[in-house]
Amino acid sequence: MFKNWEKQTMKVAALGAMALTLAGCTSAKSSSNQGNNPGKTIKIGVNMELSGSAAGYGEQQKQGIQLAVNQINKNGGIKVGKTKKKVQLVIRDNKTANTTAASVAAQLVNNDKVVAVVGPATTNAGTAAIPNMTKAAVPSVSPSATDPDYTLQKSGAVQKYVFRACYQNNFQGSSAAKFTTKTLKAKRVAILTDNSSDYGTGLTKAFKKAYTGTVVSSQTFQEGDKDFNAILTALKHKKIDAIYAPGYYSEIGLIVKQARQAGIKVPIVGSDGMADAKLAQIAGKANANKVYYTTPFSTKAAASNQVASKFMTAFKAKYGTTAPTFSALAYDSVYMIKTAIEKEGSANSVKIADGLASLKNFQGTTGTITIDKKHNAEKTISIEQLTNGSVSNTYNVN
Amino acid sequence: MQTFGQQLINGLSLGSIYALLALGYTMVYGIIKLINFAHGDIYMLGAFWGYYSINYFHFNFILALLSAMLVCAVIGVVIEYFAYRPLRHSARITALITAIGVSFLLENGMSYLVGANARSFPQAIQVVTYHWLGLRISNVQILILGTACLLMVLLEVIIKKTKMGKAMRAVSVDPEAAQLVGINLNHTISFTFALGSAMAGAAGVLIGLYYNSIDPLMGMTPGIKAFVAAVIGGIGSVPGASVGGFIIGILETAVQAVGLSAYKDAVVYFVLIVILLVLPAGIFGKNVKEKV
Repeated sequence: MFKNWEKQTMKVAALGAMALTLAGCTSAKSSSNQGNNPGKTIKIGVNMELSGSAAGYGEQQKQGIQLAVNQINKNGGIKVGKTKKKVQLVIRDNKTANTTAASVAAQLVNNDKVVAVVGPATTNAGTAAIPNMTKAAVPSVSPSATDPDYTLQKSGAVQKYVFRACYQNNFQGSSAAKFTTKTLKAKRVAILTDNSSDYGTGLTKAFKKAYTGTVVSSQTFQEGDKDFNAILTALKHKKIDAIYAPGYYSEIGLIVKQARQAGIKVPIVGSDGMADAKLAQIAGKANANKVYYTTPFSTKAAASNQVASKFMTAFKAKYGTTAPTFSALAYDSVYMIKTAIEKEGSANSVKIADGLASLKNFQGTTGTITIDKKHNAEKTISIEQLTNGSVSNTYNVN
Repeated sequence: MQTFGQQLINGLSLGSIYALLALGYTMVYGIIKLINFAHGDIYMLGAFWGYYSINYFHFNFILALLSAMLVCAVIGVVIEYFAYRPLRHSARITALITAIGVSFLLENGMSYLVGANARSFPQAIQVVTYHWLGLRISNVQILILGTACLLMVLLEVIIKKTKMGKAMRAVSVDPEAAQLVGINLNHTISFTFALGSAMAGAAGVLIGLYYNSIDPLMGMTPGIKAFVAAVIGGIGSVPGASVGGFIIGILETAVQAVGLSAYKDAVVYFVLIVILLVLPAGIFGKNVKEKV
């Protein structure tokens, strides 16, 4: 009788213990609203496109991130409360694939226990990573996901743990439209869109919405295309005052080159993906004339912005090239996280998210950034003009 | 009319590159029935060899072109030796999957080694644009067309007039019977890979010079287009590949010229489907009955 009772209790106790451990497991995972906490170092994850089709941009962002972290560690680290903690980077490649971006996010937050993530670079990969980031309550800052809906849930409410350091498309596209109408006085434009990215299509949509003149022709191309002669020859015999070509320097550089060689002399207006010294190299210096692009990061403005000029010199010293926009944005992303940690006095991931959401007047290389209610980075926009391959003029757009 | 002529020039320059690439596909397929998906990446390696040889060894253009052909020929032979030769007697699909693997290895290997950024190709030849009857044609376009045609004729001569060419044709008809009459199978296949890869290397340097932009993933899309060109022309047929390349180039240009740039790839693949339905063996392909 007694033995039997003992057996029963043992069973119950064992079950109870098991239930407890299981409960412990689940609570550790599901009630992780507490987020991740830092250990001896502050671990920052990088979920980046280091191979695959967007590797070119991912690589530049990685350089910016590493430069920022090196600088922070050289100065003793990030101040959390009273102690300074060094930053440890955990860099993982998402291969420009949505499924990999999601699994990389899970690895970073669950196994590596990072307290914040920089990346991914593209909107598609970034969106795929959101559920895992939100589940673990770890904030991510994307240097270059420009789709307006990236930081929003389907219902229109903001994604609590998703931030970006770049403009969203609507702002940039409409600024370009205003500039084309008011400053260039172009009444008839042709549009060439990179329709293989949300970036290109989103900007075109915003431009068309805000532009008041006539869109004579709207053509598209794919990332990686090299031959635009056919489109340009067809455009040559249409009456156009300007070409709007949002996209990245690798393709737009070729468009500029082939347009000028085909004898098309009208201004070519583009977006911040063109703000790279390689644009003029690919286009050829003599061809890079009357080229305009919207950019947060103007090399001219850098002269007056101390943070930017310091960044430019440090970047050149480390990598031997002029800093591209993507590196600048990624560099800012790291410092935004640092500022958020110092402001909150804690490197707990939920606290970092709070800090990022209330970030105001952050002095970055790409301008003074304030995070708005929708987690977009608000900053001024300027337009640079290229003459013979170098920046000759900077316009402000209001 | 002027626009038409200009677009024709555009189409021919583009088509000659596809044709050079398609030759490599068609020769390898003709001889070992393997679609060598790594072929587009050999073209990328050729472009990078041109980049480094002009920038660091200060080669002139002709030397860069010839050395790129040589280097790519060696790479082609090495790939065949290590990746495809051990699989020669296994199922065809195994070799096909290996080819895709080699393609990934080359693309990501180069991304890792040199970085994935697009870089500008050194301008070894000053671009001069000639005006003629209102048409514009640059010396680089003439060079591309000329080199491509020269190489195609040369290839045809090698295949039709030399002993090695005869061996290649024999192996493509019946490898076992060819061995019985004393043809060294391994040498012949290596030679085929060398020839095809040399063509791709030349195309790589020409493209680098023409568009002035190269990156490790540049071989992906042209590789697939050239494959389509080879199929349209009749895979296994050398003149077919040249004609197929020009057809694809002109077709793509025509679609963009009428303002349907968004559909240019769709049209190319649509034509592929139609050709496969109407002429399954391609334009120049022979319809060989399989004996059981």
